[in-house]
Amino acid sequence: MSDIFRDVRWQGRVKSSVTHALLILVSATCLFPLIWMFVSSLKTQQTIFSDMSLIPAHAHWENFALAWTKGHFGVYFLNSLFYTVSVVGGVLLIASLAAYAFARLEFPAKKTIYTLFLATMMIPVPGAFIALYVLLIKLGLVNTRLGYILPQVNGGLPLGIFLLTTFFRKLPKDLEDAARVDGCNKFQVYYKVALPLAKPAIAVLTIFTALGVWNEYLLAMLVLSDQKLMPLQRGFMVFQGAHITQYPLLMAAMTISVVPIIAVYILMQRHIISGITSGALKM
Amino acid sequence: MKPSTKDQATSFLFVLPALLLFIVFSLYPFYKVFQLSCFDWDGISRAMRFVGLGNYLEVLTQNKPYWISFKNAAYITLLALTLQNALALGLAWAVDRNIRGGHIYRVIFYLPPILSGIVVGFIWNWIFDGNYGLLNHVLAQIGLGSWSRAWLADPKTALLGVAIIHMWKGFGWGFIILLAGLQNIPRELYESAKVDGASETTVFWRITVPMMVPVFVLVSILTILGTMQIYDLIVSTTGGGPGYNTEVPMTRLVAVMLGEGRLGYACSMGVLFGLLLLFLSMVQMRLGKKLEKD
Repeated sequence: MSDIFRDVRWQGRVKSSVTHALLILVSATCLFPLIWMFVSSLKTQQTIFSDMSLIPAHAHWENFALAWTKGHFGVYFLNSLFYTVSVVGGVLLIASLAAYAFARLEFPAKKTIYTLFLATMMIPVPGAFIALYVLLIKLGLVNTRLGYILPQVNGGLPLGIFLLTTFFRKLPKDLEDAARVDGCNKFQVYYKVALPLAKPAIAVLTIFTALGVWNEYLLAMLVLSDQKLMPLQRGFMVFQGAHITQYPLLMAAMTISVVPIIAVYILMQRHIISGITSGALKM
Repeated sequence: MKPSTKDQATSFLFVLPALLLFIVFSLYPFYKVFQLSCFDWDGISRAMRFVGLGNYLEVLTQNKPYWISFKNAAYITLLALTLQNALALGLAWAVDRNIRGGHIYRVIFYLPPILSGIVVGFIWNWIFDGNYGLLNHVLAQIGLGSWSRAWLADPKTALLGVAIIHMWKGFGWGFIILLAGLQNIPRELYESAKVDGASETTVFWRITVPMMVPVFVLVSILTILGTMQIYDLIVSTTGGGPGYNTEVPMTRLVAVMLGEGRLGYACSMGVLFGLLLLFLSMVQMRLGKKLEKD
């Protein structure tokens, strides 16, 4: 009897170590390209193609400074930061206002407008960027910061309105009613009571919007041709086109671009994971 | 008690900014795509020639590169639907078994999805490079040097190479959603099955799979929509080449719009593409509903 018992336990252990081996292998596959990017950023143009070591004998940290200054990635980085903050700010403000109204207030055609917003999340219009481009030319917004920011604020609204409306609806009404009795108007109730309570939903929305803007390429390619206005992703393509052989600098610049994402990701991973699952599973 | 007109008007102010942006940057372009798709227009000149459904006819009959690009995107999508999602499900299944360190795996697997297509493309370019690539280097080390090639420039392997990069970037996302789905399944179901003496395989096919149908449908739809519209990754790796080997619908749209300067025509291509995507996701939803009933 005890032999069989040991047998089962031993089987379980083999199974679990095979599973772990597989999971570790996949993890390594996920991490390795990133490590390789970082390692390559420390090599020189001469050694990068011959030196396949994971720890280069001489780490050329100056590549980072060179990428920042000579490669213009300092400019691109600050542009990306500016665009990300602007779009996130715009989406949070405009989406939370609208979401509060959808959840709590009464006005004509409320349901229709809400459905319209959600529909844009579901219906793919792959050619819309062509018409958008034509529109931006008409408005004189091509090659301006505003022309890059406004469409992205609009693009972030459906998800924002969806997440926040769902959240506001679930909030207990007592606090808001109490604030009303105390003489707050609608806007004050939204701003002083509902918004502070919506922090978890706002965190999720902030992360997803920020990731989207930080990684955006197509619109930047269409709208921005002035190097001084370009964000990082566009900068990579320009740099690659102009200096096809300066790999270490490109890798250094890419490392710089990835560090903030990974830092935010690790700090906020709980929100990210709950965001994907709640957003996706409720759709 | 119905709110007064004035009250409703101030409430409306809350949605006004969102509505204005939406009308200008979503609704108007949406309408404009359909309108432009019926014109022959280069985007600059004042001359716009109305051609009715002429553009559509040309897309359907004379745009071979576009159809090749659909075939390529369908190939990548098929691989993503099967290989990528099977891997994601297998890993989610493993982590759902309360394995130690499950949380760390979750964090690591979702790293590739948060990176940009451009960055991922540039990193992998170099792994697959013909002269200096890491893959060829490794192959040479283990005595398979004869296999080495310029993986992304060789017509035989370019599309598969791009598909592998895409799946590397995407599986972690499917993993997270599938894992959440698995964790929603009540544990009592598993326990009672175990008491009845069901094997793990039986449990998987009899309990897990049926419970997961809605999640499978969702993951499939999002995989199809995301993969068919792949763009950044192609731009940063092959640019659509060699030849038309890795062209996808989005690269064709941009090429016709900016390269050939045929905006109206590009709009008609976009409309047909959009209709196809809508059709595909509707078929998926129908299929899911039917499976759920059975």
